[in-house]
Amino acid sequence: MAPVPGLITTSVNKAASWARTRSMFPATFGLACCAIEMMATGTANYDLARFGMEVFRASPRQADLMIVAGRVSQKMAPVLRQVYDQMPDPKWVISMGACASSGGMFNNYALVQGVDQVVPVDIYVPGCPPGPQGLMHGILNLHDKIMSGEIAS
Amino acid sequence: MTDRTPTSDSAPADIASAVAITGPARHPGPEEIIPPGVVPELPEKEPDAFLAPLLEPFEGARLEDSHGQEVLRLDRSRLLEFARAAKDAGFESCADVTAVDWYRHRRVRFDLVVNLLSRRHRRRLRVAVAIPGDDPRVDSIVSVWPGASYGEREVYDMFGIVFDGSPDPSRILMPDDWVGHPLRKDFGVGSVPVQFKDSHKVT
Amino acid sequence: MTDTRQGAETPETEVIEVWAAGTEVPLFDPTDEGTQEIADHESEARLDEQFGRVVTDDYFEEAEPGGEERTIINMGPQHPSTHGVLRLQLELEGEVVRRTRPIIGYLHTGMEKTSETLTFLQGPTNVTRMDYLAPMHNELAYSLAVERLLDIEVPARADAIRVLMTELNRISSHLIAIATNGMDIGAISMMLYGFRERELILDFFEKTTGLRMNHNYIRPGGVAADLAPGWRQDVTDILDTLPGRLAGYDDLLENNPIWLERTHDVGIITAEECDAYSITGPTLRAAGVPWDLRKAFPYSGIDQYEFDIPVGKNGDVYDRYRMRMDEIDQSIRICRQVVETMPKGDYRVADRKVTPPPRARIDESMEALIHHFKIFTEGFKVPAGETYVAVESPRGELGCYLVSVGEAKPWRQHTRAPSFYNLQALPIMMADSLVADTVASIASLDPIMGDVDR
Repeated sequence: MAPVPGLITTSVNKAASWARTRSMFPATFGLACCAIEMMATGTANYDLARFGMEVFRASPRQADLMIVAGRVSQKMAPVLRQVYDQMPDPKWVISMGACASSGGMFNNYALVQGVDQVVPVDIYVPGCPPGPQGLMHGILNLHDKIMSGEIAS
Repeated sequence: MTDRTPTSDSAPADIASAVAITGPARHPGPEEIIPPGVVPELPEKEPDAFLAPLLEPFEGARLEDSHGQEVLRLDRSRLLEFARAAKDAGFESCADVTAVDWYRHRRVRFDLVVNLLSRRHRRRLRVAVAIPGDDPRVDSIVSVWPGASYGEREVYDMFGIVFDGSPDPSRILMPDDWVGHPLRKDFGVGSVPVQFKDSHKVT
Repeated sequence: MTDTRQGAETPETEVIEVWAAGTEVPLFDPTDEGTQEIADHESEARLDEQFGRVVTDDYFEEAEPGGEERTIINMGPQHPSTHGVLRLQLELEGEVVRRTRPIIGYLHTGMEKTSETLTFLQGPTNVTRMDYLAPMHNELAYSLAVERLLDIEVPARADAIRVLMTELNRISSHLIAIATNGMDIGAISMMLYGFRERELILDFFEKTTGLRMNHNYIRPGGVAADLAPGWRQDVTDILDTLPGRLAGYDDLLENNPIWLERTHDVGIITAEECDAYSITGPTLRAAGVPWDLRKAFPYSGIDQYEFDIPVGKNGDVYDRYRMRMDEIDQSIRICRQVVETMPKGDYRVADRKVTPPPRARIDESMEALIHHFKIFTEGFKVPAGETYVAVESPRGELGCYLVSVGEAKPWRQHTRAPSFYNLQALPIMMADSLVADTVASIASLDPIMGDVDR
C-alpha cells in the first residue's frame, strides 16, 4: 500500500479535536445577567450536559473554555486576564452577550468596551442576554470550528 | 444659615433669554451660573406634631414638600447633630446616602441627600445638605447609623465629597487608584466613538 | 500572610496601570462641560487617602497579643460560591473567621451616569439590568418615580399587570435564591429544580414581554404591551404547578439533618443590627420584624390584594430560606387574586405626550406621527422636581431617587440598591463563625452584584 501523506498526523489531529470538543470544561466566569442565562443553559431545560459540559470547573487550571458572561468593568479586567493566563493550553474564549462582545449598551467610563481588548476571543454570542439557545449555538459553532481545524487552540 | 441661591426677580426665567441678554453665544466660564429656575424650587411646609419637636432646635432648617414627601434643607454644620436627634426621635435607619451635583445650575455645587426611615412611625424624611464645590467636606453620620458607611464611600467615590470622621474613607466602586469622580458633571461619560467598518471618518 | 490560589487576585497597583482609563490622557476631546481637574484643595495627602495608601481602617494593622496566628485569605472575585463578582477578605484564626471585609466594584457599570444620557422612556432599559434577577422591580421603581414627577396615574389594568409581573418575578427570583442556596450548601439537585420551575415563569415572560430577562416592559405611563391572549390559562397553569414542586423541595430539605445542621443558628443577625445597617427584605423579616413595603407604603394598588407577611424567629440562614419559601406561597396567592380580578381597560395612560400612540394610528393621523416621533427621539419632558420611590424587591427596599430639571433626560438618577446595603450584614453574620458557614451566609443573604455595584 502506498504511504498516504499525513495519514497518521491528520488522524491524530482529528482524534484530538474530537476529544477536546466532546468534553470541554467551562470555567466559571459568570459576571452579570448573562451568567444567569449560562446557568440556565446548564440546567435541566437546555442541558449542556449532553455536550459533556455541565461541569463548570471553579479552578481555571482545570478548565479549557472561558465563557465571559457579562459586563467586564475596569476593576475586573486584570482579574479576567489573570484567570485566562492561568488556563492551560488549548483554551478557547466565548464572549457571551453584548456587553462582553462590545461593551453593549453601556458605552461609558466603567466598562471595557469589548472583552477582546483583554483576551483573544474565538466566538461572539450576541444578545442581551442571549437565550440558552443562542449560547448553545455559539458553543456548537465553536465545536465545529475546532473539529474542522479552523481554530487550533 | 442655609446655603441657598437667593432668587432674584430680575433674572430671566429661562436660559435662552439669559444668553441673549449677555451677548453672542460663548462658552460660559466656571464662575458664571446659569440663572435660577432650573433647580427645582420646593414649596415650604409646616412640620407636623411628630417633626416639630425634632426641628425646633434647628432654626435655619426648612421643611419642604416634594410631591407629598418631606425634604428637610439643613446646613451642613448641623448635620451630625440632627442625625443624633433624628435617631432618638425614632428614625432607626438611614435608608440611603446619595448626592446630586448641580454644577453650574446653583452657586453651591453639591447636595448631599440622606434618606431616613422610621419603621415605628412609618415615615420617611429626606435631608438635603448643600455642600460647596470648593470645600466638599461634611461630617460623617456613620457614628449614628453604621449602615451609612457604604453610602458615604460611594458618594466619596462618585462625587469627591469627603466625610470627616468616616472609619473607612476609601473608594468602593472604582479601582483604588482611579483619578476623578465619575458622577460629577464635568467628568464626561467616557463613551468610545463608534467606528463603522467601511467609513473613513469616526462618527 | 497566606495567599490562596483559588480566585487569586493580582496586586492591583501593578496591573491596573494598564487598564484604568482614568490615569491616561483622554484620546477624545473633553465634553463641553469642562475637563476633570484636580482642584487645589486636593493635596498630596488627599490623593494618598484616595489611592488607599493611607490605611485608616485598622483592619490589617491591629496586632493581636497572645501570639495568636491570624491569616488573611482572599475569596473571589472569581469564585463559584460568591454569587457574582464579590471579593471577600477573611481574617482567619484557624478555622474561625474573625473579620470580613467585602470588596465590591467588580461589576460597576456606571449605570447612574448612563441614566443621565438616556431619555425617561429609555430609562427602564438601563435600570432593569441593575438587579438582574428581579428586572420588573427595577423598572417599576423607576417608572413610579417618573410618574410621580409627571403627576399622572396609570389605569387600574396597568397597575394590576404590574403587580402580576412583579409577583411572578418575585417567585422566579426566590426560586433562584433557593436553588443557589441549596447548591452552595450541598443539595446540588436544588439547582436543577429551581431553574426548572423558573423556566415556566420565563416562558410566560417571553410570551408577554418578548424577552426572558431584562424585559423593559414596565415603562413610565403603564406597561409596554397588553397581556397576550390566553394569559389566564398560562398563569393558572404556572400557579397550579408550583405548589406541588415546592412540596418536593420541602421533601428534600425540610427534614434533612445535613440541611438543618448547616442552616440552623448559622449567620445570625438581629433586628437592631438590621436597623443600624439598613438591612431590609427577607433578612429583616427573618430577624422577626414584620416590615414589608407592600404593606407599609403600598404602591400600584397592591393593598387591594390579601396576603400575609411571613416573619422568622432567629434570623439565621434557615429562617431566611424559610422566608423565601413562604414568600413564594404568598406571591402565588396574590397572583391568583390578580388573575381573578384583572380589570378591563387600557394598559397605559391616555396622555399622548407620554405614551406612544398605537402603531396603526400613525398612518392615519399626523398628530400621532409627530407624537411618536417626539417621544422616541427627543423624549417627553418631565417637570422639574425630585422624588424617591421605593418598592419591595425580592432583596429588600429597592428605591429610585430621581431628580429632573425639566428636560427630557434625568439630571440625577440614583438607585437605592438593597443588596448594596444588605452586604454590610456579611461581616456581622460571619464574625466568629466557621469558614464553612461563610458560603451558607452569603447564599442566604442573596446579594446580586449588579445591584451592589450598578
